[in-house]
Amino acid sequence: MEQRLANTWRMTVNEKKFIESALLSGLRVDGRNVYDYRKLSINFGKEDGSAEVHLGQTRVMGIVTSQLVQPYRDRPNEGTLSIFTEFSPMADPSFEPGRPGEFAVELGRVIDRGLRESRAVDTESLCVLAGKLVWAIRIDLHILDNGGNLVDAANVAALAALSTFRRPECSLGGENGQEVIVHPPEAREPLPLIIHHLPIAVTFAFFSDESTLVVDPTHQEEAVMAGRMTATLNTNGDICAIQKAGGEGVPQSVIMHCLRIAATKAADVTVKIRDTVEAYNTERALRKIKRHSAPVALDVSGTLPNLRKNQVKSEDQREVSGSVGTQVEKLKLMNERKNSDQSNDIEDTSKFSKKQKGSQSEKSTQQASPKGSAEDMKAISPATESAKIASQTHGEKTLKDAVKPKHKRKKKAPSAVDGS
Amino acid sequence: MEYVSPEGLRIDGRRPMEMRKLQAEIGVVAKADGSAVFEMGNTKVIAAVYGPREVQNRSQQLNDQALVRCEYSMANFSTGDRMRKPKGDRRSTEISLVIRQTMEACILTQLMPRSQIDIYVQVLQADGGTRSACINAATLALADAGIPMRDFVTSCSAGYLNSTPLLDLNYVEDSAGGPDVTIGILPKLDKVTLLQMDAKLPLDLFENVMQLAAEGCKAIAEYIREVLSENTKQLEFRRGV
Repeated sequence: MEQRLANTWRMTVNEKKFIESALLSGLRVDGRNVYDYRKLSINFGKEDGSAEVHLGQTRVMGIVTSQLVQPYRDRPNEGTLSIFTEFSPMADPSFEPGRPGEFAVELGRVIDRGLRESRAVDTESLCVLAGKLVWAIRIDLHILDNGGNLVDAANVAALAALSTFRRPECSLGGENGQEVIVHPPEAREPLPLIIHHLPIAVTFAFFSDESTLVVDPTHQEEAVMAGRMTATLNTNGDICAIQKAGGEGVPQSVIMHCLRIAATKAADVTVKIRDTVEAYNTERALRKIKRHSAPVALDVSGTLPNLRKNQVKSEDQREVSGSVGTQVEKLKLMNERKNSDQSNDIEDTSKFSKKQKGSQSEKSTQQASPKGSAEDMKAISPATESAKIASQTHGEKTLKDAVKPKHKRKKKAPSAVDGS
Repeated sequence: MEYVSPEGLRIDGRRPMEMRKLQAEIGVVAKADGSAVFEMGNTKVIAAVYGPREVQNRSQQLNDQALVRCEYSMANFSTGDRMRKPKGDRRSTEISLVIRQTMEACILTQLMPRSQIDIYVQVLQADGGTRSACINAATLALADAGIPMRDFVTSCSAGYLNSTPLLDLNYVEDSAGGPDVTIGILPKLDKVTLLQMDAKLPLDLFENVMQLAAEGCKAIAEYIREVLSENTKQLEFRRGV
């Protein structure tokens, strides 16, 4: 039905003819090549499991939440994954508030098929008590701006949100071991989901002329197109789903051609998603580290209470979870390789090295680093040097410990340290 | 579970490249302009077409072509367990959209501006391949209603289990978790209008499975042509031609 409301935004005959005839010569209105994607950027929110994707003008937000529920009767030891779409009326004049229309349902089902049927997310690891309690993962996709090709953008948003989502850890306890205790994130580090592969959706638009097809149609091209096809593939060479719901007929050879193009595009997008997720995870690990060293700063100078991002009481500190540890490792290696002379990095690296030196207990993490390294912050020295120094001293606490975290210090440079 | 025995027989005794028994009947709903019942093995579907007629909702009227509407529903008794909500759930909405867009591609809508064509499809017995049966039934019903079309649309499904491509999956094979490819083609023009696939399948195997399904579609097209020419002969006879 919303297709009829689409008449509220009518394209003139001239515009339609222009787009079509330009395509006959292989030119697209926004200057792209026929098989080019628009610029894709992924931003993450404050919470784990929220991502906003910009694909050209199209904007989609994906949020992942989890809940403990009873499993389905025919699958008692598997968690569930459900996708809900919200076509906000602010995205397009033809979207109506209220019940999802046909296209919203289709989009939800295409992404659902790509994720669930291809077993991208491991559902068996979401089981807590077989037959009684499992985790239900819910993905909400909000369409914020319809610039064309919603399926691809929404799919990337869902994948990005799933990759950064962390579910609370829970353990069995109680008298008979049947009670489930869900640990809050401050108590125990939440766990990421196990994602086997990333199914990427690539949409093609067909036009009335047989040989014309484009990748990633914009809103105007969608108004002119005669048919569309969405192919969801992963980088292992598998096709996870295909959706060509009617429209213009195309020969089988064209379909195979499209699938081959889609395979290359999927590889690009996968790399992009992996890189941004990794950057996010590293940043997240950094934030965690800073949280751990906060109490030291407080001891030293009560006048600088809130410089660290998170006020954490010392009793909340727990052992660093494996995931954070590995992130930390990676960052250390990265820094050593880069041999960066930014004081921030040196401070961090020294912290990590401190951690790695068998610091499993709370105490050593508290004493961690910044003290000795603080002196080195100004000096331009390789990371390894600072690590040595850090291991030696741990008593000296100066005002430099209380210095602001990485990103803030970048703006204010030396003033924060020297002042006060 | 073994879906293809070592001798090469499937669970219902068919060969991998064998389709189920087809049966079709035209003109079953007297009130409708065109109707048909289509059976593929145990899957039975009834389709009714009303049109071209005046558009009921003026705001949706299209001035240069006919408006095509489609509604897909499964009868409560069509599956093993009684269905709670046969209409309006997401699967039905999606399949309604799919059938509508598929038929729109083959109907010559430019010849009937400001009018409406309604296609209602109801699944009476569901045993896998309901989507395909619905499209085949809709094609027959449209032909019975005398609506001008570019070509038939015939549809068939194929899968890949136990390393064998299988044609025309039934419910057990469909719910095995293997890939399920549903294809709808215009047989004379040899063009693919509908293509849906779920579950994973490597790219190189996909072409074979798609090819197999296309062959199945052509066989169904032959059958539909037979049924329609038989029907026409009957009509000629009754008119005393």
